[in-house]
Amino acid sequence: MNNEIIACFPQWGSYYCAFRFLFENGFGVKYMTPPPITKNTIELGSKHSPDYVCVPFKYCLGCHIEALEKGANCLMQIYGGCRLNYYGELEEKILKDLGYNFKFFNMAEINFKSPKSILQNLKIVNPNVSIVKIAKALPATIGIIKTIDRMEDFIRQNAGFEQNENEMEDIFSEFKQKLDSTTGYKEYKKLKKEYLKKLANVKINKPKNPIRVGLVGDYYTVQEPFSNYNMEKELEKMGIEVHREMNLTNTIIKSKYKSSRKIGKKYVKFNIGATANYTVAEALKYAKNGLDGIIQVKSFGCTPELNAQTVLQNISKDYKIPILHFSFDSQTSETGIKTRLEAFYDMLSAKKK
Amino acid sequence: MTIGIPRALLYYKNEKLWTKFFDELGINYIISPETNKEIIENGSKYAIDETCLPIKIFLGHIDYLKDKCDCIFIPRIESDQDRETCLNFRAQYDLVKNTFRNYNLKILFYNDSGHKPQKESKAYKKLCKFLHIKKSLGKYAYYIAKQTQMYYEFFRSENQEKVLKDTKKIKVLLLAHAYNIGDKYVGEPIVNMLEKLNVQPIIAEYFDRKKCIKASKAVSKTLPWSYNQHLLGALELYKDVVDGVILITTYPCGPDSMCDEMIVRQYKDVPIITLTIDAQDATAGIETRLESFVDILNFKRNGKK
Repeated sequence: MNNEIIACFPQWGSYYCAFRFLFENGFGVKYMTPPPITKNTIELGSKHSPDYVCVPFKYCLGCHIEALEKGANCLMQIYGGCRLNYYGELEEKILKDLGYNFKFFNMAEINFKSPKSILQNLKIVNPNVSIVKIAKALPATIGIIKTIDRMEDFIRQNAGFEQNENEMEDIFSEFKQKLDSTTGYKEYKKLKKEYLKKLANVKINKPKNPIRVGLVGDYYTVQEPFSNYNMEKELEKMGIEVHREMNLTNTIIKSKYKSSRKIGKKYVKFNIGATANYTVAEALKYAKNGLDGIIQVKSFGCTPELNAQTVLQNISKDYKIPILHFSFDSQTSETGIKTRLEAFYDMLSAKKK
Repeated sequence: MTIGIPRALLYYKNEKLWTKFFDELGINYIISPETNKEIIENGSKYAIDETCLPIKIFLGHIDYLKDKCDCIFIPRIESDQDRETCLNFRAQYDLVKNTFRNYNLKILFYNDSGHKPQKESKAYKKLCKFLHIKKSLGKYAYYIAKQTQMYYEFFRSENQEKVLKDTKKIKVLLLAHAYNIGDKYVGEPIVNMLEKLNVQPIIAEYFDRKKCIKASKAVSKTLPWSYNQHLLGALELYKDVVDGVILITTYPCGPDSMCDEMIVRQYKDVPIITLTIDAQDATAGIETRLESFVDILNFKRNGKK
C-alpha cells in the first residue's frame, strides 16, 4: 500500500500553494500541506534539536515530525548562505535516530554544475521523474509565487484601513483554497485576474499620511507569521501600513542582490552573508523613503543578522529613524512582544504629531 | 608606519604567514597582548549581547590597538578550499568599520574569496599594490611567509603524532577552533587543567589539514564549514587512538551548535563531553567536570586491562 509518495516541505508563509502545484503537476507525486504551526510544533522541534541552534531549525524539525506522523514519506530541505546549508543533513540524522522511515531530498547535496547530479537527486523524490513535466509546471509555479507576494504586499499595506474587518484576509484565503485544485497555467491566470480585482475593490479609508513601518529580518522569521508571533497582523490592527521587501520574488526569482550591494555600499563594503546585505539595503531604502520606523525580527544567534544589526544602529543614528530589534527564541513570551510593540506605536504616533 | 595585528580569530590560523610577510617587507607591526579580563570586558561593551565570545574578544583587541598604531590589519577570508568559513569572518571588516565608526580607524585588509586555487596569492598581490610595494618583492615575501607557515604546521603535526605514539598517559582529543584553543582565556586554562590531572591533551587543530578534511567527507557530506571539517576529520582519524574527546565551544557559536550535535549522534561509542564557555569566568565548574571525566576514562582503561 505504501507505494504512494507523499512529499512535504516545512511550513513557510503561504508558499505551500506553489510547492503543491510544483510537486503534483511537475514531479507527479502527492503533496501534503504541512499542518499549521502550533505551540506543539515548536516544543517538539526544540526537544530534539541542539540547544542553541537558530529557531528556524527547530520549526522545520517540528514541522517534519508532525508531517511524518500524518503520513508523509518524502521530506525536503533547501540550502542557503548560512547555517541553512547544514539543516538538511542534521535533520535527516535526527529524524533517522528517532526511528522514522522516509526519503530525504536535500538540495545542499546537489552539485548544480553537473546535470547528472541534478537528475540523480530529483529521482529521490520520484524515481520516474520527467524533466519535461517539471519544466512545464515551472512557469505557473513561479507565477503563483509572484502573485502570492503581490497580494500579500497589497494586504500588508492596506489591511489596516479596511472598512469591514478581515475582508482582504478572507479573499486571500479563498484564493489559496481555489489554487489547491488548479492544474494548469491558464486556470491559474484566470484565478489571478479575478482575485486581484476583488482585492482592489475592497473598500478602504486610508488617511492621507498613515504611520508606515518597514519590516526587515532573517529569511525565515520575517516570512513565517507564526515565528514572528503574527507581527504583521498586530501592526495592521493598530492601523499601520506595513512594508516588507523580503520574499521569494525579491530574493530568488528576481534577485535584488546586486542592487542591494550598491545601495548599502556606504555602510557595507563586502558580502556579509545570507540575508544581511538585503536587510541593510532595505532598511536604508525605508529610511530614505521617509518611513516612520523599522522593525528588525530575527532568530536568536542569527550570525548575519547580528552583523547587520550593528549597521542598522548606525543607519538609525544617521537618518534619525527609530529601529526596534526583536530576537526570538523558542520561549519568547507573547505578552512581552505586544507590550514592546504598543510602546513603539505610541512613540511613533507621538513623533508624527 | 606601524600595523596593529589583533591576537584573535584568524591570527591563530595564519600567525606565521602574517608576521613573516611583514618581517620580509620590513614593515613595523605590533601584536595585541594575550587576552585578559580587561580586553573581554571592553569587547563586550562594543558587541551586541548575543554575539559569540570570540567576536567579543576580537573587538576587545581592536579596542586595545585603536590608538596604538597607524592601521589595523583585518583580512577577510571568505572560503577555504571548497567550503566556507564562518560568516563572522566575512563580516569582520564591516563589523569593525561600523562598530568603531567614531574613531576613524584605518583598516588594512586583503580579501581572500572565491574558490580558485590561486586566490590567496592574488589577494596578497592586491595588498602589495595597495601598500605600494614592488611586485617581485611582494611575491617573494609572500612565498617565504607561506613556506614558513607550512613548515610550522608540518612540524607541529609531526610533533603531535610523535607524542601520540610515545606517551603512556591518558590521551584526550580536544576539538576546538584554533582561535579558541590558542586563546589564553578560553582554551589555555583547559589544557593546563588536563596537564595537572596527568592527562596528555591532543589538539585536533594541530593535525594535518588536508588529511583531516578528506577523512571528514566520509562522515558528513555537506558540512559547509571547512574549519569544522578539519576538526571532524581529526576525530574520525584518531578516535581509536585516544581515550576520550572534549568538545570545546563558545557560547553561542553558530557552526559548532550544529556540528557538535552531529558528532555526538555519530560517535555513540566514544566518550565525549561538551564544554561551553562564555564571558563569565567560572573555572570551578569546568574543573569538576574535567576531573570526573578523567576518572571515568581511568576506570575504563583499568577495566580493559
